[in-house]
Amino acid sequence: MKKRKPIEYLLLSCALLSIIFLFAIAVSLFKEGLPIFKVVSPVKFIFGSHWYPAHDPPEFGILPLILASLLITIGALIVAVPLGIGSAIYMTELAHPKIKEIIKPVLELLASIPSVIYGFFGMVIFAPFIQRIFNIPTGLTALTASILLGIMALPTIISIAEDSITSIPSSIREASYALGATKWETIIQTIIPAARSGILTAIILGMSRAIGETMTVLMIAGGAAVIPKSFLQPVRPMTATIAAEMGESPMGSLHFHALFAIAAILFLITLGFNILANHIKEKRI
Amino acid sequence: MRKFNQFIGFTFSKLAVSIVILTLFAILLFIFKRGFSVLNPSFIFEFPKDGMTKGGIFPAIIGTLCLSFGGILFALPLGVMGAIYLSEYAKSNIVIRIIRLGINNLAGTPSVVFGLFGLAVFVKFFGFGVSILSGSLTLGILILPVIIRTTEEAITAVPKEFREASYALGATKWETIKKVVLPVATPGILTGVILGVGRAAGETAPILFTATTFYTRYLPDSIFSEVMALPYHIYALMTEGTKSELQLPIAYGTAVVLLFLVLGINLIAITIRYRARKEKKW
Repeated sequence: MKKRKPIEYLLLSCALLSIIFLFAIAVSLFKEGLPIFKVVSPVKFIFGSHWYPAHDPPEFGILPLILASLLITIGALIVAVPLGIGSAIYMTELAHPKIKEIIKPVLELLASIPSVIYGFFGMVIFAPFIQRIFNIPTGLTALTASILLGIMALPTIISIAEDSITSIPSSIREASYALGATKWETIIQTIIPAARSGILTAIILGMSRAIGETMTVLMIAGGAAVIPKSFLQPVRPMTATIAAEMGESPMGSLHFHALFAIAAILFLITLGFNILANHIKEKRI
Repeated sequence: MRKFNQFIGFTFSKLAVSIVILTLFAILLFIFKRGFSVLNPSFIFEFPKDGMTKGGIFPAIIGTLCLSFGGILFALPLGVMGAIYLSEYAKSNIVIRIIRLGINNLAGTPSVVFGLFGLAVFVKFFGFGVSILSGSLTLGILILPVIIRTTEEAITAVPKEFREASYALGATKWETIKKVVLPVATPGILTGVILGVGRAAGETAPILFTATTFYTRYLPDSIFSEVMALPYHIYALMTEGTKSELQLPIAYGTAVVLLFLVLGINLIAITIRYRARKEKKW
């Protein structure tokens, strides 16, 4: 019995690593990000509408970046939610088990395609396509990024929604049939409402994935740091700003600290989404 | 009317899943169609030439392999031990919930945030510089949740009777884990390892400021070397340099190689898991 103790502590400390790393990430982002607030007030930083980090004097207002991230994320959800839930319904309620066996690995492959590949595909094929359809000067727009991010968020949404629909007990289904409901009525009026906490979790996690996605938006969102007015203009989301500008900002400069502050805000947003998703899943709201 | 609604609903569901699958094939088809013609042995095994407009991508392939194996080397032991604790030792519900919250949140943290963390901590604070070591550690933390989740799943799937039989023979808890539980769970853990390597190989943002360089004429000679990497190479070819019409074919070729690597790795993982499920005798 005595011999068991040290190994148990070792294993426990490994299990706690995720929390420790999460904490370390937060500390490092805040440590490098906070110095910017000695120069710019947090309110001005978040609600300022001019992002000119290289000007003299520089301006650090990230509202255009936040709005760009929001716009693209909302666009991605408009694409991903109907397709994702429709696919989850098909997989759980309609598909033959054999077809399901084939679709599941295909979805896993879709999930495993690196984001830089989506970005590459977007640049060489999808953006020119969007440009021609809408007859606009550039195809690198919020719309282009939204559609691709939506596709990228699909595997997350489908698999979580599917799990939650599968976990609905069949007695609920049978009760609905016994009342004379058709299969579709059962799905819409009984199964989806019963699985709502899982479906909501799926949507929130999909959202979190979309807002944190970097390479795709870096390559295809267009990169203009202005307050977005439409889906058909180039925008510069938070993630893309960090990735694009970190290389050119000298270590320890104001610009460097500002980028870390953006990352800290982004981290807090996704942390919030993830905790919310976790809470909904546990409480089954 | 009710039948009609049902028809519309079913059609929509079928359409949705078809769009999802067609998208996957469309992306792969477009990239493979143009990229295959670039592939040949010299593209794989040669160094880039003439300012990235000719030659191969050998250093980028080596760099990506170094970074992803480095990442797994770091994440595997830690992840497996963490998973053993969660599935075999943890009793207190609060501890389990906190740990799980940590894993889920780490998995949901944006990749560019990992990149900045790596820059601040490994490159700057520990002074490892832009290197394989910094990049591997950053990627290792990124894939830790993948390893923990798959290992935990694999360990939980080992039947209770196996453990009880081992205890009945007088084995201690740790002996049981080492000699009974882990060997049975190996295919599942292996799946996690492979998925982790695949994930690490395809990530760009975490290595952007911690490990990669656009061009190097040397292969890495230590863990403190900076390296080229496939995903970063694609990004760099598309956004930097001046001769984009000469760089584009190389980008296509690199994309095909990266896709082969990542999809191949994932197919292996899916196959292992499928076989393990089929051959299970309990």
